[in-house]
Amino acid sequence: MQKTNDKTMDLEKAISKYVTDGCHLSIGGFTLNRNPMAAVHEIIRQRKKNLHVYAHSNGQGVDELIGGGCVSRLEIAYGGTGKFMSTCIRFRKAVEEQTLMVEDYSNFQMTLRFLAGAMGVPFLPTRSSLGTDIIEKWGFSKSFRKENPRIPDEKLVVMDNPFDGWCDTQKVVLVPAINPDVTIIHVQTADVRGNCRMEGLTFADVEQAKASRVLIITCEDLVAEDYLKTEPDRNQIPFIHATAVVKVPFGAYPTACFRYYDYDPVYMKAYARAAHDDAAYQDFLAEMVFQHKTHADLLDHVGRHRLESILADRSCGYAKDLDRK
Amino acid sequence: MDYTLKELMTICAAREIKNGDIVFCGTGISMLAAMAAKNINAPQSVIFFETGAIDSQLAHIPLAVADSRIMFHTSANGGLMDAFCTMQNPFVGQRVVGILGAAQIDIYGNLNSTVIGEYTAPEVRFSGSGGACDVASFVSRSIIFMKMEKRKFKNKLDYLTSPGYLDGPEGRKKAGLPPGGPDKVITDMGVMGFDPDTRQMILLGCFPGITPEQILDHMEFEIRTDRAVEIDVPTQTELTLLREKCDPHGLIL
Repeated sequence: MQKTNDKTMDLEKAISKYVTDGCHLSIGGFTLNRNPMAAVHEIIRQRKKNLHVYAHSNGQGVDELIGGGCVSRLEIAYGGTGKFMSTCIRFRKAVEEQTLMVEDYSNFQMTLRFLAGAMGVPFLPTRSSLGTDIIEKWGFSKSFRKENPRIPDEKLVVMDNPFDGWCDTQKVVLVPAINPDVTIIHVQTADVRGNCRMEGLTFADVEQAKASRVLIITCEDLVAEDYLKTEPDRNQIPFIHATAVVKVPFGAYPTACFRYYDYDPVYMKAYARAAHDDAAYQDFLAEMVFQHKTHADLLDHVGRHRLESILADRSCGYAKDLDRK
Repeated sequence: MDYTLKELMTICAAREIKNGDIVFCGTGISMLAAMAAKNINAPQSVIFFETGAIDSQLAHIPLAVADSRIMFHTSANGGLMDAFCTMQNPFVGQRVVGILGAAQIDIYGNLNSTVIGEYTAPEVRFSGSGGACDVASFVSRSIIFMKMEKRKFKNKLDYLTSPGYLDGPEGRKKAGLPPGGPDKVITDMGVMGFDPDTRQMILLGCFPGITPEQILDHMEFEIRTDRAVEIDVPTQTELTLLREKCDPHGLIL
């Protein structure tokens, strides 16, 4: 293996080097699965500010970034984690208290926006949202958009089908490309150059990764390049997109990582309880983020017993007997 | 026979699903309705998630559409792009039945799951569209779960997140949307449909012990009730399969 290709570094350095105040960030995963939570906690620990975050439905990670005071602008489709938080609580509070600017799209539109960014085209069309307030109502005003060169002047554009009714379609909605400064994803397996193998659903991680100028990968297992190249059909992201690779076991905790571990219902419930109250939430952040130097310290704090309870059964990829009541 | 309202609502939705349908489900009761249909009346229906899983076995009940439980024993594990393209696809998209929920609904079946109040200064913020607007835009028919409350059945939505028939029979066409739209609204008091000519909501049935007047009392707008019948209660078989096969640990019921 050539030394020059080695992109491994520790998480503290990867975040301090690439995630700067005010940068445009996207994170991988979906609601309560494969969010890059170790990286999210490191961003909060380093007290990054004024991030512009692009999300489709990156529930837990986005809510903690907002709760940690790191986000000032958010383009999003869905702020929730399912049963544990039907609406993300710190997200909801921040929007209602108007400390967070929000622009709403749909999940498909956000995915198309990342894909457009990855493809190098300024926009992509869809038929989704015609006739709705997603088109009519803008969270970022026209003047705000004009003043910000990093944000397109239009939220989206409705256009007559230039192919004149082709495919039985009269109108399309054009959604603008996203090219984040940094995307962070958590994958099951990566090698030192940044080849990635995800298991289970990939969500929009591939589009997000390829749309980004900088890609930080955290992984459960860091392996030799030959290992991933033996079965390349199972890999999704080639190393040419990768900037930094960080080995972080349980790096998606408290969210799930298919075939490795489940979400932690104890954490998720404690989080939702604390998130309703500002003081309780600060205590929660202190306990789960600020008192720890690294993610490994958080895992020590959570304890072997809880981590063992969420370990995935080999037969199905999740913890079959986990108490989720 | 003893059953809860939630069980009755789940069974009512499940009865709307036919063999061959590809069922887009969200979290909670909508996922349970899809599982119930597969276990009771439509074993050849296909369960489908916006996160990219198709034909999941669902040996254990998922608590979110990204739960690892939906990734086990599927036909294909893809991503969001696969899932939404499936719904926008002119061939398979027409076989998809969407199951949705919302904070507000109007007479044309348009849904709000974004805000109460002004968009930029809301009194209440909800999760937002997620994939709901996409589903409502693309698929041929959707089933909507709603709780009967005046503040939920609104003359005018605070925010139109997901399109129903928009402003009437020509609404979707004028806007440029594919045909399709909401088919049934399953509530905690009865079931509504939509008049094929006016595209306005009509009452199709009341739950046992509920009158049309009681339902109207829980809505801001008036709907036709002359076609309403009493809804069949769940059978013992339906209930047993729902309780024992779909949600044995009572995570949703």
